[in-house]
Amino acid sequence: MLKKDQIKVGDTYSEKIVEDLKRTQIVQYAGTSGDYNPLHSDEKFTKEIAGYPGVFAHGMLSMGMTGKMLTNFVGDGTLKKYGVRFTNQVWPGDSLESTATIIGIKEEDGESFAEISIETKNQDDVTVITGSAIALLG
Amino acid sequence: MSKIKMPIEKSHIMMFARSIGDSNPKYYKEDGNDVVAPPTFIQASAQFDPDYFLRPKIGGENWFGSGKESSGMKSSGGGGGGAAMGLHAEQHYEYHQPLKVGDVITAEVKVGNSWEKESKRAGKLKFSESVTEYRNQNGDLIITATSVGVVTEKPVEN
Repeated sequence: MLKKDQIKVGDTYSEKIVEDLKRTQIVQYAGTSGDYNPLHSDEKFTKEIAGYPGVFAHGMLSMGMTGKMLTNFVGDGTLKKYGVRFTNQVWPGDSLESTATIIGIKEEDGESFAEISIETKNQDDVTVITGSAIALLG
Repeated sequence: MSKIKMPIEKSHIMMFARSIGDSNPKYYKEDGNDVVAPPTFIQASAQFDPDYFLRPKIGGENWFGSGKESSGMKSSGGGGGGAAMGLHAEQHYEYHQPLKVGDVITAEVKVGNSWEKESKRAGKLKFSESVTEYRNQNGDLIITATSVGVVTEKPVEN
């Protein structure tokens, strides 16, 4: 658990959350999440029916990978809120880096919470996720 | 919406952690059940929705993904992909209590707002929101999830 005296507003924490995303990892995520939308594993359907250049990752895979950066930063079971917007698609071969920034520290009912903004970018510096989170501090 | 009843199981959490590339040893240890699920794990409740539309059904209607042909179903038009033209725009979770191994979760979905917007990259966008309350076996609220889906007029330009 992140301690209140370990952080201050403006602090950042970054992690490379995936390097050269493999199609197989997207299939793994389909299998565990239960989201078998062919857009994520079926190249023929995705090109010929949906009109995309190829399969792409579930938004929730990007949010899940961004979430591991977050729990590595704030600790397990301390999140109170976590929300994202999916601003661009993530493709096989992408490498993503995710950054959390402390934008506030608040006190409520005798407990302390970190207010965090989140951004995940790909190798071309394109933002694929923006978001925010609130975590309980020790 | 079908009735979802999701048992939170250690092996499912382990496989989910693998799929998001999360090497936190808590998700892989053999003993103890004190693990808190990853923050997006509740999304896997789709596995426990008997009617979930993004899973091929055994002996059921045709699956819209490819087999011999590029789609097992005729396109419903409007962007060419029918149901698959829906994309995920936003996802928000509020955590009321930690989600733990041994919990049995039920879900109640409420339809939220819907709105439209024009976009340069994908034509007319139709957004719709749903709010899902996940409760444990004691009726305690564990997670509130708000999901925003978008149906695009045409594939998103990249």
